[in-house]
Amino acid sequence: MNRELLTITENEPLTASVFRMRLSGCAGGYLPGQFVNVALPGLYLRRPISVCDLADGTLTLIYKVVGRGSELMSRLRPGEKLDVLTGLGNGYDLAAAGDAPLLVGGGVGVPPLYYLAKELIKQGKTVSVVLGFNTKDEIFYEDEFRALGCQTAVTTADGSRGVKGFVTDALPGGASYYYACGPLPMLKALYRAAPFPGEMSFEERMGCGFGACMGCSMMTKSGAKRVCREGPVFKKEELLW
Amino acid sequence: MVNTRVTLCGIELDNPVIPASGTFGYGYEFAELYDINCLGTFSFKGTTREPRFGNPTPRIAECTAGMINAVGLQNPGVEAVIREELPRLGKAFRKPVMANVSGFSVEDYAFTCALLDREEQVGWLEVNVSCPNVHGGGMSFGTDPASAAEVTRAVKAVTKKPVILKLSPNVTDIAAIARACEDAGADGISLINTLLGMRIDPRTRRPVIANVMGGFSGPAIFPVALRMVYQVSKAVSVPVVGMGGVASAEDVIEMMMAGASAVEVGAQNLVDPFASKKIVEALPAAMEKYGVTSLEEIIGTAH
Repeated sequence: MNRELLTITENEPLTASVFRMRLSGCAGGYLPGQFVNVALPGLYLRRPISVCDLADGTLTLIYKVVGRGSELMSRLRPGEKLDVLTGLGNGYDLAAAGDAPLLVGGGVGVPPLYYLAKELIKQGKTVSVVLGFNTKDEIFYEDEFRALGCQTAVTTADGSRGVKGFVTDALPGGASYYYACGPLPMLKALYRAAPFPGEMSFEERMGCGFGACMGCSMMTKSGAKRVCREGPVFKKEELLW
Repeated sequence: MVNTRVTLCGIELDNPVIPASGTFGYGYEFAELYDINCLGTFSFKGTTREPRFGNPTPRIAECTAGMINAVGLQNPGVEAVIREELPRLGKAFRKPVMANVSGFSVEDYAFTCALLDREEQVGWLEVNVSCPNVHGGGMSFGTDPASAAEVTRAVKAVTKKPVILKLSPNVTDIAAIARACEDAGADGISLINTLLGMRIDPRTRRPVIANVMGGFSGPAIFPVALRMVYQVSKAVSVPVVGMGGVASAEDVIEMMMAGASAVEVGAQNLVDPFASKKIVEALPAAMEKYGVTSLEEIIGTAH
């Protein structure tokens, strides 16, 4: 964990409710699947957000406006500085990928998979991606994943684009390991649908984000774990589902 | 040159700044960031006889200038704390540490305290009779003078270490409970634990916290905490440890003027992991600003 003062260089909508923020001045060194905890002016608690990308000292965060914190965040302008705790959580286990890993993301669960895909491709892996959204207007980063060289499929619940249905309706054959991030019902459906091993990133309301308050605990097969510290990524076989 | 040293129940502290239980773990998350030996001491995560997972999530909610938590005393149980956490804690922190203890019966409190009494690094036992987040324990012992006194006597009987009773603000007359603890042999009183509060999510029309209610803490509660520290320190002659919304060196000075011999810092550690260190470092300048040469001389000056 580090505490960094970063400068906003971009904060623009990707869809009606999803924004992309870019911040410069980042020390770097964080792993795919880790998150940052952002202090927002006027709010007491920090807001945890997954790392979407990290390149040349620029951190990319993608977040959905759902409450007071994200609303406030969406109104911040380039040039403003943010106090950010960085390098939080365990991150994905890249060593488990095998040759052809599958990345499965739903909604605002998609962003951390981008940084993961980039790093896996750097390691010479053949990466397949399935991205699930409710409707075509909510789709983001499809082109970005394709540009990385990922075999990319999109699903929409209403069938307005790509495969009609959920991510589990578009799982490609040939994968032997998956990485996932998305809403709990998606993770549970994937857990049941994919007959091979994998790991999933979880979300929880957090107090500190670095393991001190026990606000975000989750019970696993090996006991109580902090989503912010031992997580947010947990192996499939650790889950009590 | 100002003097920040204070004495708490016969043990000298380099300064009165003490991260509060439940906001500092066992110290090592913070030891990754700075040398925690700059602190007066710290109170480690509330410990019970048996391991506890605590409450379902969500356990945390945002408030204006504060937060609500309903963790529910998650901890690995006293035996695991002694076996696994204390040896690790001892590598990061070389001063006497404050052990925070909670329970669901008088016997629980005595059992846990008796085991912690044997631990050399434990300087004080802070006995929590004020957790708002567990049913049938915690706060129920701290809302009634007779029960608080019974816990105090049971713990005093099993330890030679100083016993500090941590009180709940969710009572009609906190001074009466403090007096009952003092009469039963308490060596000190710490206060306040969190204020019972709640939030509702207007989108779901349901409480934010899975346990519905939780403990409200953060800078918003500072004036309430200060008032209660003032009342309790006037009512008892044992040392008082003040806490509740402390976020700056100025707050520490105010708490001491209200009657605190030492001051705990809670929620602020969670939003700024360097908060306690910053407060320690800011104390000398704040003392000079108010013409204070020794912190011990300002304890209770507001009385």
